[in-house]
Amino acid sequence: MKLNLKIWRQENASEKGRLVDYQLDGVTTHMSFLEMMDMLNQQLIEKGERTIEFDHDCREGICGQCGMMINGRAHGPLANTTTCQLHMRSFKDGETIYVEPFRSSAFTVLRDLKVDRGSFDRIIQAGGFISAATGQAPEANSIPIAHETAEAAFDAAACIGCGACVATCKNSSAALFTAAKVVHLAILPQGKLETAKRVDAMVQQMDAEGFGHCSNTEACEVECPQGISVLHIARFNFLYHQSRLMSKT
Amino acid sequence: MVKAKGTTTQAYKLWMALTGLFLCVFLVIHVLGNLQLFLPAEEARIQFNWYSQLLSNNIIIKVISYVLYLSIIAHVIYAIILSLKKQKANGVKYAYDQRGAVSPWYSRNMGVLGTIIFLFLIVHLKDFWYQYKFTELPLDAQGQKDLYTIVISAYQELWYVILYEVGLLALGFHLLHGFFSAIRTLGLYHPKYVKLAKWVAWAYTLVITLGFMAMPIYVYLSN
Repeated sequence: MKLNLKIWRQENASEKGRLVDYQLDGVTTHMSFLEMMDMLNQQLIEKGERTIEFDHDCREGICGQCGMMINGRAHGPLANTTTCQLHMRSFKDGETIYVEPFRSSAFTVLRDLKVDRGSFDRIIQAGGFISAATGQAPEANSIPIAHETAEAAFDAAACIGCGACVATCKNSSAALFTAAKVVHLAILPQGKLETAKRVDAMVQQMDAEGFGHCSNTEACEVECPQGISVLHIARFNFLYHQSRLMSKT
Repeated sequence: MVKAKGTTTQAYKLWMALTGLFLCVFLVIHVLGNLQLFLPAEEARIQFNWYSQLLSNNIIIKVISYVLYLSIIAHVIYAIILSLKKQKANGVKYAYDQRGAVSPWYSRNMGVLGTIIFLFLIVHLKDFWYQYKFTELPLDAQGQKDLYTIVISAYQELWYVILYEVGLLALGFHLLHGFFSAIRTLGLYHPKYVKLAKWVAWAYTLVITLGFMAMPIYVYLSN
């Protein structure tokens, strides 16, 4: 198939970018979106032009590295899919495809489609951990956890931090990401103890990074590759209010 | 710990939810009171005027009305603050944006709907609330201010009825998302009750919106 591509090109974080047109022939429907991008880059190399830079790592849909705005949708037209798991069969021959980086003031475009999501790391650093002494792994059965609880914690922990929730949110809110991390720890006995402190710290960091508020449009759940439920946001809200009501300061 | 500058967006959202839900409770009282407009004309006049006087003379109602004015103002101010924060958070706009495909249009346009409601509210308060509180009105047979006549005569004009229907439709869509969103913001997370809350939000919105929308049309057609 033949494609008309309009791809965001930007030299660095401080310079302004723009959409550049490319034509690509010989794309097969079996290719993943990233393989199509590789093919285009190969042609650019042969022409002696600078390649289009984009994030990617495992290409198995589990690492959370890849992420592009494809035809105005985070990770492209399919719901709950990473960019690497999107295949060219989702597009038509002769189609025009817009490719842009995930946008938010908390995500800096470093070059082309490559985005700095360090703001997510800093939210985790603010409280997304438990203050247990490290050492040998403890005996697994010493802390009883019900199967349903473990499953629920896994559902939240499945977040791969790709940033699609922020990119698709009309307010650039990091609520789904932060909520997933907060709830994951809050429902397990090891993480429960520090919930109040953790929620407060992560909310403060989320705001300091410049993410917007959540207005419950639920778009994030649709675009999330892991299908993290928006009910985690509700629980995160509950835990935040609880932490504020019970706080001693 | 890094401290966000000033109030967190979470806290603003909480106030948006609390003021919004308070306004939702007020709408129930408002629509119930207004049902008296559907009574036969002469009975409606006496009932409606008696009810209006009751509300404006009662000290508890007076206190609640001040909370109500404050809630409206706070809801608007916080909405503006959050909207400005959102603009800043969004940064560079997408050149091609199809994000709307995955969420209902009214959930993404609460600010626009809210602005329409606010403008509508100015007209509404000027024509009824201001007239009742600050101007000399003719009295009915019982010696009460005749607000009923003011209401009935206002809805004789077709354009005025249409203006109301548009304003109320905006209110309906605002409520449809707002009621459910407020409950979510407060933190109702159990799947069983979340379903119930969505159902209640729909039922609430339908009753309130259709109830209000029927009033100008009924008055216009029956006079």
